Amino acid sequence: MDFAFTPEEEAFRREVAEFLEKEAPREYREKKVTYFDMASQPDWIAQHRRMAEKLGERGWLSIHWPKEYGGQDKSPFFRLILREELTRYHCPGYDSIGCGIVAPALMLKGSEEQKKRHLPGIASGRVMWCETLSEPNHGSDLAAIEVFAREEGDYFIVNGQKIWTTNAHFADWNALIARTDRNANPPYRGLTFFLLDMKTPGITVNPIINMAGHHEFNEVFFEDVRIPKENVVGGVNRGWYVVMSLLDYERTSDVAYAVAATYLEELEEFARECDLLTAAAKDRFARLRAECQVARLLHYRVAWMQSQGKVPNYESAMSKMVSFELLQKVCRFAVELCGESGVLAEDSLRVPMHGRIASCYLRSFGFSLEQGTSEIDRDVIAQRGLGLPRLR
Amino acid sequence: MDFALNEQQEMMQTLARDFLAGEYPEKVLRAVAESETGFDPRLWKKLAETNLLGLSIPEEYGGVGDFLDLTVVLEEMGRACFISPFFTAVALGAGTILEAGSAEQKAYSLPAIAGGKSIVTLAVAETSTGHFAEGIRSVATRAGDGFAISGTKLFVPDAQAADHIIWAARAETGITLFILDIKTPGITIRPLKTISGEKQCEVTFENVRVGQDQVLGYIGQGWGYLEKVLERASVATCAEMVGMADHVLRITLDYARERVAFGHPIGAFQAIQHRFADMAVDVDGSRFVTYQAAWRINSGLPAEREVAAARVWVTEACQRVVNSAHQIHGAIGFTEDHVLHFYTKKVRARGLSLGGIGYHLGKLS
Ligand SMILES: Cc1cc2nc3c(=O)[nH]c(=O)nc-3n(C[C@H](O)[C@H](O)[C@H](O)COP(=O)(O)OP(=O)(O)OC[C@H]3O[C@@H](n4cnc5c(N)ncnc54)[C@H](O)[C@@H]3O)c2cc1C
Repeated sequence: MDFAFTPEEEAFRREVAEFLEKEAPREYREKKVTYFDMASQPDWIAQHRRMAEKLGERGWLSIHWPKEYGGQDKSPFFRLILREELTRYHCPGYDSIGCGIVAPALMLKGSEEQKKRHLPGIASGRVMWCETLSEPNHGSDLAAIEVFAREEGDYFIVNGQKIWTTNAHFADWNALIARTDRNANPPYRGLTFFLLDMKTPGITVNPIINMAGHHEFNEVFFEDVRIPKENVVGGVNRGWYVVMSLLDYERTSDVAYAVAATYLEELEEFARECDLLTAAAKDRFARLRAECQVARLLHYRVAWMQSQGKVPNYESAMSKMVSFELLQKVCRFAVELCGESGVLAEDSLRVPMHGRIASCYLRSFGFSLEQGTSEIDRDVIAQRGLGLPRLR
Repeated sequence: MDFALNEQQEMMQTLARDFLAGEYPEKVLRAVAESETGFDPRLWKKLAETNLLGLSIPEEYGGVGDFLDLTVVLEEMGRACFISPFFTAVALGAGTILEAGSAEQKAYSLPAIAGGKSIVTLAVAETSTGHFAEGIRSVATRAGDGFAISGTKLFVPDAQAADHIIWAARAETGITLFILDIKTPGITIRPLKTISGEKQCEVTFENVRVGQDQVLGYIGQGWGYLEKVLERASVATCAEMVGMADHVLRITLDYARERVAFGHPIGAFQAIQHRFADMAVDVDGSRFVTYQAAWRINSGLPAEREVAAARVWVTEACQRVVNSAHQIHGAIGFTEDHVLHFYTKKVRARGLSLGGIGYHLGKLS
């Protein structure tokens, strides 16, 4: 056993930190904006893109990819280190969907042409992605989705509605799962996975405002949207297998454990300054700090498995669930710690911590839902992980 | 023992429920939550016509009903997520005057509150985490025939809509309450913006001059009055939270019966059912522990421990209920368009109001 980072990994961390010390948007650092409540800032999309390009220029977004796809063959820990440092510096720029989900899924299931076409854009930070999986009537039960893609010559023609699509209002490309066979039995065998240029005619994106008042996700309508057949990934009616591997990457794309640890640290400093560190509060901090370590290790385990060429299974669901639920707890604790000022809105007089407390609190209700709910994660751990039988 | 409402309480419940169903649909809730004043004068006038503003005020001062009736009505207001200065005017303003006021002060102020002509708010806290006597630093010094008061209060509810303000300051022998017109020179009101849409203000007194007749109760006795007022107000808060949690449980049940995943209503999954079972415990438990405290207060029995138990338990239980409701609703409950977040925000704000549970934990340990 060895729980240390290699000297090379440590050096990379220092390099990233030095860079962010200069380049991370000042205001975001001052306001301690988190990755998850970035949308509270009016200029976040511009900042997100600006920083993504800078990270892309340095080759950091693809540093852990194989050389043949423009990467540097580094361990998956390099990706985590990058994200941990971005978190510490409150810096946007990591497209969780493009870099964290679509790229690894493409490397696993995409054709050579698709890889050549799409990976460089993701690595450069210039092409950002969204994913349209969920539909109004089907969220957890993804196999039941209804948006339909009809085959016609060299194209598939898509009609229907997706919902909760994060970043669809500015993404350049979209990872879409649609039904191509209505009679498939079981239904998941009738799904196909597509790559879709968001500039294609027939796509309408409408904002949905979340309970924190932020615009992050959207509803997306498709009306006779034409997708060239070369944009099918993994074969017609074989989209389910692409989605399954994608979900496993999705679950370890974000570093909620790091967001939690950073927030907790800043919260403690704030509490000390404001004389809020009662004995009871100190106990809560201590427990949450211990939990941060556990969550981090559960995440590192997945990265370690990947570095060994093993395919994580229930381990990524466990890591995602623990990290996100931990962050949710920290956000809830923060409000209790602040008392009545914890419910002051970001633009209020006397608001503590530049508005983070309420903004993160409200945003935190999504943490146990997005990227698959905690209920589904627990099913995965119990059934796929521990081999318990499922009810039919 | 009797766990049921009596005839009078049922009447009050129906009155409040019908009023809110008619006058406070979701559309109005949304408008009020976003408004600057936090209330609609037209609605307030109609509320006065129902006599509900006189709840727990004695009949001789134009009031109606007792503290249990008020509890029942506040539960209904919680159910409707009613954002208004009702709680401020009745539980805090009238409550403090009833506790501390002279016969003259009562005769002057209470009929105006009951008639909807005056809103009286209460300014105690100077920090965000506690209603403690030590936290009161505002000072009233002798000046002429009366006092000059200076200080700053945080989280004064509905000061923007109030006509009068009750202020706690240190004077001579100790904490003393003063009641004054909110337009008195030297008073500055600065609104705070809360996530729940309820209105809170920072109020500053700069050398505000008051007469001897504006002392509410006896000089130096203020904290004793406030403890009593906070005891009642805490139960009143619990009643609101019970109503909110109960409504949230109902709408979540409806949703779980309708929403289908994997070929079943999500309410058929045990993971969801167990959450519901816990929510049912939380709602029933909250209601009984709240009404036990309200009943003791209403019967003139010592209620300190029962009130503290209610405030601590109900705050945490109702928080658990809204958290579960969000989980069960999935993404739809995470949107601004859905009504759930109004409850979530108000339950959170209510739980932290009046100093939160810290003060009450102390009473229980
Ligand atoms: C902030 C946020 C961002 C999102 N971004 C995206 C995005 O970019 N792209 C995208 O496609 N989707 C996105 N989603 C949608 C997300 O993936 C879904 O919300 C999630 O999969 C749950 O689906 P649902 O909301 O329809 O809830 P439902 O599936 O209807 O579930 C409702 C409740 O029932 C429970 N449940 C369902 N099935 C079972 C079962 N078998 N056993 C026990 N309990 C069960 C669920 O856990 C939940 O508590 C996002 C969601 C959020 C909140």
